[in-house]
Amino acid sequence: MDAHSANPAIPVPGQPPRDYAEEHHGAPPGGLRRWLTSTNHKDIGTLYLWFSFAMFLFAGALAMLIRAELARPGIQLVEPAVFNQLTALHGLIMIFGAIMPAFVGFANWMVPLQIGAPDMAFPRMNNWSFWLLPAAGTLLISSFFVPGGAAAAGWTMYPPLYLQGGISYDMTILAIHILGLSSIMGAINIIVTILNMRAPGMTPMKMPLFVWTWLITAFLLVAVMPVLACAITMLLTDRHFGTHFFSAAGGGDPVLFQHVFWFFGHPEVYIMILPAFGIVSTILPTFARKPLFGYTSMVWAVASIAFLSFLVWAHHMFTTGMPAAGQLFFMYTTMLIAIPTGVKVFNWVATLWKGSLTFETPMLFAIAFICLFTIGGFSGLVLALVPVDIQLQDTYYVVAHFHYVLFSGAAMSIMAGVYYWLPKWTGHMYDETLGKTHFWLTAIAFNVTFFPMHFLGLAGMPRRIPDYALQFAEFNLIASIGAFVLGAAQLLFLYNVVRCIRGGKPAGAKPWEGADTLEWTLSSPPPYHSFTTPPTVR
Amino acid sequence: MSLPSQPGNLAAHAAPGGYYTPPPSWWPLVGSVALLTLASGFILLLAKVGAGPWVMALGFAILVFMLFGWFGNVIRESLAGRYNPQVDRSFRWGMVWFIFSEVMFFGGFFGALFYVREFAIPWLAHTPLLWPGYDGAWPTEGPGLKDAFTPMAAWGLPAINTLILLSSGATVTWAHWGLKSGRRGQLALGLLLTVLLGALFLTFQAYEYHEATFSLKTGIYGATFFMLTGFHGLHVTLGAVMLTVILLRVQAGHFTPDHHFAFEAVSWYWHFVDVVWLLLFVFVYWL
Ligand code: HEM
Ligand SMILES: [Cu+2]
Repeated sequence: MDAHSANPAIPVPGQPPRDYAEEHHGAPPGGLRRWLTSTNHKDIGTLYLWFSFAMFLFAGALAMLIRAELARPGIQLVEPAVFNQLTALHGLIMIFGAIMPAFVGFANWMVPLQIGAPDMAFPRMNNWSFWLLPAAGTLLISSFFVPGGAAAAGWTMYPPLYLQGGISYDMTILAIHILGLSSIMGAINIIVTILNMRAPGMTPMKMPLFVWTWLITAFLLVAVMPVLACAITMLLTDRHFGTHFFSAAGGGDPVLFQHVFWFFGHPEVYIMILPAFGIVSTILPTFARKPLFGYTSMVWAVASIAFLSFLVWAHHMFTTGMPAAGQLFFMYTTMLIAIPTGVKVFNWVATLWKGSLTFETPMLFAIAFICLFTIGGFSGLVLALVPVDIQLQDTYYVVAHFHYVLFSGAAMSIMAGVYYWLPKWTGHMYDETLGKTHFWLTAIAFNVTFFPMHFLGLAGMPRRIPDYALQFAEFNLIASIGAFVLGAAQLLFLYNVVRCIRGGKPAGAKPWEGADTLEWTLSSPPPYHSFTTPPTVR
Repeated sequence: MSLPSQPGNLAAHAAPGGYYTPPPSWWPLVGSVALLTLASGFILLLAKVGAGPWVMALGFAILVFMLFGWFGNVIRESLAGRYNPQVDRSFRWGMVWFIFSEVMFFGGFFGALFYVREFAIPWLAHTPLLWPGYDGAWPTEGPGLKDAFTPMAAWGLPAINTLILLSSGATVTWAHWGLKSGRRGQLALGLLLTVLLGALFLTFQAYEYHEATFSLKTGIYGATFFMLTGFHGLHVTLGAVMLTVILLRVQAGHFTPDHHFAFEAVSWYWHFVDVVWLLLFVFVYWL
């Protein structure tokens, strides 16, 4: 990162930024065609981000129903079968519809800008990667309305339960196949863009950290999405074509599915957190007004997290009766991941140390990310301990853990990134007061919702069950109240974003004085073709 | 195979026209509609709804239409000289990572095979309370199924198929030499031989399936056997179709000795399919 402070392409305050815009063919086609046929990384990035937001609201509405049912013991709102549909589709849509597309949206917008490229390497394929998402989303959402309702076997789709469902289970499998295709093409596009489209002089170790994290994320995607395709293909053939992959009578094993699924699944959780690391590592230096501490070690930490993520999958399976040697192996490799993760957290804290900090909305979200993600990392370490996990597996403690890493980690980093780059995307400043209100509501309501789940889990409340023992009533009510506030706060987010797109204080090329990546050398919003003449990076 | 050289090479930027960014295109959207239709048809088919196969056929037709349109576009752009060396490098990297994703796909099924053979089956054999008398010897259809079957022997047709596929790897390389040194006859003949060898392989494979005494339903042996060889066969089919397209493009005079990425991409793919077969031969047929 410190390489960038010496970058001559960065405008001196007070001087107009260099305009890299090309005169000819600089405008998109009008109307709907602009979005349906786009080959422009910024327009496609926008599509990704809006799609993700819509899915975030939809899956969020499912979560509201879950929390409404769980607010009091007993069954009041939905049948147990419907409850299971809600939890399964909440998970699937949040992961594949909200978090992943949001990060790909960021990659589309920011990677070409940050490496000084004219566009993505494969602009047409980029558009296809996006337009596959609504196709898959259609299958997933419409599966609620077919006979039998949506798939109700959890987002992890374990057999034998998954083998017993109706048509919606096939719709879910096919939807995930399409999503996988989209992810693989998107990831290949991002890798090739980063490897082949960098501005002259931008050697790998001068790439912004966001670009590094996405390079490694994209590698993980290409490596594990095909494995997920294997897992769900075997489900499909077991369901319809008489194979016995997951049936002991035929020599198969239901646990086989868990192995294949989690070989995808654990790298998948890093797919959802590495870009978040990149966003936070971009925001903190800006508002601390000093370079990121330990750039090189950050790169190595991300790379080793990605490497280790292939060796830990069975920590999701400690209670399946695997041999002790396997349990020990996966316990130790899992704990090993805490080391590079710790390196990152210490580096972020050191970046803040003695900086001239200001607390604009993106910075607030980034700081909350450090605190809350770390809590999630610690609860992960607790779960990594085999004897402890045998108690906690499938309890609300796990739910607490993954919401600390996924909501206060991934989702809040996305919010941080949106506030940080909105001025660049729209040319307007967002409303700071509204932004801060959104932040505080989100941060507080998040903890009210999910912190009590640690206690519930430790006390033995199982996950994915619509009813519970009376002893759990208070904490559940607290969590539900928090959840409703958390959900409502996101409408404020939507309002703030729309307002900022519509107008607001002009942002100028570089509204954040401490920012030092290439996108701030372009006008806000940037010209239609980002860098037609590549900038030179020294 | 020649890998892309140093990324971020500066010379490319100086080339006239710079990096080619295509104008807006409908093909991606058509492709999405195609896949949604295809998937919906398949779902209906699985639910035994009569319209299923027709919807699938429609989706497939749209997909083929899209492939023709989209690749037609790419070919026209390539012939018009829009693709500078940097674009060419993008294509190369793209193909490399695509093949890597395919490697992981087959890796998943091989992993399932190894897991079953090394862990699941021995564990089943060691639970005499549940499955008394089950010895767990490979190949097996599991303790619960009782249909007689003969496993596929490695040293008959599969060995011949190995030879066929390996020779086809050689002929495609021979064709590439012809292309690079401008001997068009050798190029066309090499390609034709490759396609024919691929078709011969598929014919033998179909014969083998036809003669098999077991099916996809024959426990874990049948499942892994047909899943692995079936997906491989599908890839050979796709590869043969792509080679045919390349052959037609050769006849149309599309390639020059130093500008023929499409040819190379397909030949990389072909070699990949070859290597998968070798692993299949060893782990599915032989050991
Ligand atoms: C220090 C890092 C981490 C450690 C040691 C860790 C460890 C674990 C363990 C052992 C489990 C299994 C718990 C059980 O089912 O009994 C688990 C579950 C989970 N973790 Fe983590 N984790 C870490 C970071 C993350 C991150 C960064 C994410 C995502 C961004 C994540 C997402 C999840 C999810 C989604 C589950 C639950 C999956 C399910 O069963 O539905 N974890 N984690
Ligand atoms: Cu994990």
